[in-house]
Amino acid sequence: MTTTEPAPNPAEEAAEEERPIGFGRLLRKEDPRLIRGMGNFVDDIQLKGMLHLAILRSPMAHARIVSIDVSAAQAHPKVVAVITGADLAEQGLAWMPTLSNDTQAVLATDKVRFQHQEVAFVVAEDRYSARDALELIDVEYELLSPVINVRKALDPDAPIIRDDLEGKTDNHIFDWETGDEAATEAVFLNAEVVVSEEIIYPRVHPAPMETCGCVADVERVSGQLTLWCTSQAPHAHRTVYALVAGLPEHKIRVIAPDIGGGFGNKVPIYPGYVCAIVASLVIGKPVKWMEDRTENLVSTGFARDYVMKAQIAATKEGKILAVRSEVLADHGAFNGVAAPVKYPAGFFGVFTGSYDLQAAHAKMTAVYTNKAPGGVAYACSFRITEAVYMVERIVDCLAHELKMDPAELRLKNLIKPEQFPYTTKTGWVYDSGNYEPAMRMAMDMAGYEELRREQAEKRERGELMGIGVSFFTEAVGAGPRKDMDILGLGMADGCELRIHPTGKAVVRLSVKTQGQGHETTFAQIVAEEIGIPPEDIEVVQGDTDNTPFGLGTYGSRSTPVSGAAAALVTRKVRDKAQIIASGMLEVSVADLEWTKGSFAVKGDPSKSVTIQDIAMRAHGAGDLPEGLEGGLEAQICYNPENLTYPFGAYICVVDIDPGTAVVTVRRFIAVDDCGTQINPMIIEGQVHGGLADGIGMAMMQMIAFDEDGNCLAGSLMDYLIPTALETPDWETGHTVTPSPHHPFGAKGIGESATVGSPPAVVNAIVDALKPYGIRHADMPLTPSRVWETMQGNHTPPI
Amino acid sequence: MQVPAPFEYERATSVEHAIALRERLGEEARFVAGGHSLLPMMKLRLANPEYLIDINDLSELFYISEDANEVRIGAMTRHRDLLDSELLAQHFPIFRDAEKVIADPVVRNRGTLGGSLCQADPSEDLSAVCAALDAACVIKSTSGERVVSMADFHVGPYETAVGDAEMLTEIRIPLRPNSGSAYEKVERRAGDWAIVSSGAAVWMDGDVIANGRVGLAAVGPNTTSIETVSAALSGAAPSEELYQTVGDIAAANCSPQTDQRGTAAYKRHLAMELTRRSLRRAVARATGQEA
Ligand SMILES: Cc1cc2nc3c(=O)[nH]c(=O)nc-3n(C[C@H](O)[C@H](O)[C@H](O)COP(=O)(O)OP(=O)(O)OC[C@H]3O[C@@H](n4cnc5c(N)ncnc54)[C@H](O)[C@@H]3O)c2cc1C
Repeated sequence: MTTTEPAPNPAEEAAEEERPIGFGRLLRKEDPRLIRGMGNFVDDIQLKGMLHLAILRSPMAHARIVSIDVSAAQAHPKVVAVITGADLAEQGLAWMPTLSNDTQAVLATDKVRFQHQEVAFVVAEDRYSARDALELIDVEYELLSPVINVRKALDPDAPIIRDDLEGKTDNHIFDWETGDEAATEAVFLNAEVVVSEEIIYPRVHPAPMETCGCVADVERVSGQLTLWCTSQAPHAHRTVYALVAGLPEHKIRVIAPDIGGGFGNKVPIYPGYVCAIVASLVIGKPVKWMEDRTENLVSTGFARDYVMKAQIAATKEGKILAVRSEVLADHGAFNGVAAPVKYPAGFFGVFTGSYDLQAAHAKMTAVYTNKAPGGVAYACSFRITEAVYMVERIVDCLAHELKMDPAELRLKNLIKPEQFPYTTKTGWVYDSGNYEPAMRMAMDMAGYEELRREQAEKRERGELMGIGVSFFTEAVGAGPRKDMDILGLGMADGCELRIHPTGKAVVRLSVKTQGQGHETTFAQIVAEEIGIPPEDIEVVQGDTDNTPFGLGTYGSRSTPVSGAAAALVTRKVRDKAQIIASGMLEVSVADLEWTKGSFAVKGDPSKSVTIQDIAMRAHGAGDLPEGLEGGLEAQICYNPENLTYPFGAYICVVDIDPGTAVVTVRRFIAVDDCGTQINPMIIEGQVHGGLADGIGMAMMQMIAFDEDGNCLAGSLMDYLIPTALETPDWETGHTVTPSPHHPFGAKGIGESATVGSPPAVVNAIVDALKPYGIRHADMPLTPSRVWETMQGNHTPPI
Repeated sequence: MQVPAPFEYERATSVEHAIALRERLGEEARFVAGGHSLLPMMKLRLANPEYLIDINDLSELFYISEDANEVRIGAMTRHRDLLDSELLAQHFPIFRDAEKVIADPVVRNRGTLGGSLCQADPSEDLSAVCAALDAACVIKSTSGERVVSMADFHVGPYETAVGDAEMLTEIRIPLRPNSGSAYEKVERRAGDWAIVSSGAAVWMDGDVIANGRVGLAAVGPNTTSIETVSAALSGAAPSEELYQTVGDIAAANCSPQTDQRGTAAYKRHLAMELTRRSLRRAVARATGQEA
């Protein structure tokens, strides 16, 4: 079932004052606290006797550490401790596992492998002194030649970065492949049209407003560690600390307080966290580490960095037959990718997009370079950003070759509604979809035909206007425990619901909001199922001592996994409530009818009890039905049966000044389908943010390096984030195609727009440059890169 | 949080006090005006002055005034006031053009004209504005004051004629009849520094340009006006060909570098294109065709 609805009109929205008990537009419960500056972020935490930690980082990308002299730093009057890699090595803590089962240096012992790698740390009475003392540490380095160009990483004479790994003789990390190579080759051999293009998704960074940090407090007597941390996945972090540091898991409490943006940047465990824990353990006082903006940009989880050779095969009429690709993936100095174990390339396998193909194949090689580790972040849905960008770009290249309208080409090839559930040629089972109405809605909202007419007129006059289309399918909600785990931890989520005697509720989640609005959304899910108003439902999250186990918030998994858990746990409570109601109304359970908030006797609505009445009875003194325990609460652990597959159709309109090559994004139309909508306002907010990110990636962002491996993006003056002036008024719309396997039909929405928007922007810019015969240009399409492309001098960014 | 190295701090109470402090403390001391160049550098520890002399209380340096011959602007006049000034908008619309695209409102509320010129960042906009307007800089020390042209003021990147014991106190812009001026800037994003910008000023004599100047930013170590441009403009009748010729001269007389903001070739192209545009608008304004 698909229902379509245009974007709400703002006047209507303002008039809408009724607060939904369940799904609907509702102001966010967390906002009064956040917008008044009364949030509680890691850096707000002050503990008695708390010390401050600062990290000394390597100025070079690849160098052997000859010696470290910390004596002057130790002599600083306010310094409490100076620790080097050698000190950690004595405790067996110099290395830690990454989320991809590689190892990463906490502090470098032998050599440094990327610029700004952690070399030593200082703990001091205040953060100024800690920072000052870093300058007193004297490190002697012996420079090694770095591997910066990813294309040269596997050259036989390339320096070996990971000589710490037993028997490592090259910079190779893994090869991966999906689909049917022979079948794909056969289709390509016979295809009338084949188009190839090298498509690059440069290295970018999520740059959350709040940088990463923690406060570690190890209590000397009990050995209890409390870690306040910028973590998107507190439970997973706790278990990893237990495994790495050998601390007993019940003595570790990870608290993620308010978080100022994550986007995947706060999924990994960073050396700084480990350093702070070690420092607190050694010194016996609480220790705070908060990285600065530069440290965040240059050393923490980056995103993308894929060089993708893409090929598409089609008939002359524009029937797409097959897609294949060969990818070279730059993972930096340590493989720190956060992805399910069986998916080293994340979910790149969905590169077949939204099209009905005969065959598909991809192979990938991942390599080490002397750059910061990471790879999966920036709202990428485990590499679907790269996959969708590649397929949506190569489809546009095909349209260019066939001289076909790109929207028409897509319409011709979209998977049909009756084909769902649709198994792709790489084995993904798309749960539900109805693509054409979404595409048509976007085209109607844009006035597509009229835009093309305007463009034709402008081209006559030498003006440059472009219209870019993208259609994407996302795969979110990791994931079924049969084949998804991170470091051996299954990706199922627990949830606990307790109804208090007065009918107020508290729901405890394993996921953790970083701004997505969980306090509101999850209250609405419970409200929808049990009829208690959202304001009467407390959402507890981000504290491992007070919430059930689960893997955290990333990959748009909160609603598909924990949202399902919240609905199901509420249904479980409601089932019990029904039994209690049957006792109260003296009828059998089967004779009761549920209307949101109360049970009534079938055929006699005057005989009813509210959920609040039932809650009081559950805890009260009166009799309960035979065999029933008191209380009204439940706990479950939800294991998703499949991922959910949101989708959307995006259209971007740009104008380019032919004299300066400056691109203006004039309009952006986004039609999203994330199944059943919980809070349309929050959904629009998620979409708006992702669209702005997409403009950032497409037009201005890149973590670039010079040939020595110096990172050139160490500040927000160098690494640009778009402002309101670069972004148009977003035009959003939606269709609703529920997920058949999710308890209430919802799919994720957190990353749809970052996945879908970059190709729409790039396709629009390339479309505008059509008069120059341009078929492809790589991000970031800064004015300079656009101008060079216009001159026929397009060069790949890496 | 990025934190600066330790430093000592004193608020000056008068220009004389400030200069006396500077003279006594020597090269380890710096004035802090708006602080929007100095403080970021200190936080990144690219600048580590031992003393800061705060000149934000020097109310005698906040003004924009005119007499028959010139407009005088106090060194502590903030971007925000340059943007809002009707007097400047009337005589030198180039100021408002430029200020609209310098940084963002937060920076403009604090950053000053004096600080901008003294920072002498090659990408800084107000030096190009002042170079186009043929401004002069008043520099004070305990031994008196001297007035230097923009050409002499800029010594090199991040280097000016202001000595260790001196202070820039005022910028003077000559008032000449039939003038027009305009500023064009291309940036990667609002609030970013220029990829290239071009400021132009012309003074008409009937139908011909009596005098004209162009200042470019971000295309070389120094931001000064280009002599050969002035020669080509003087006595010429405005035309598209003239703007092109002058644009070409501007492009030929700069030395851009390839960096994250753009390639040298692109920047050279912009020097041409933006000079054409700024000149065209300056002339339109001088001849009453555009406000
Ligand atoms: C985010 C951001 C974006 C920006 N974008 C732009 C832009 O697009 N274009 C642009 O032109 N600028 C830009 N700037 C710079 C901004 O305009 C600065 O304010 C300006 O360059 C310096 O002025 P200030 O008053 O802040 O000087 P300060 O930072 O206080 O001082 C700068 C230097 O000048 C010295 N100094 C200051 N006043 C005097 C004086 N009277 N006599 C002698 N020495 C003095 C100081 O000692 C210091 O060395 C930007 C700044 C930021 C932070």
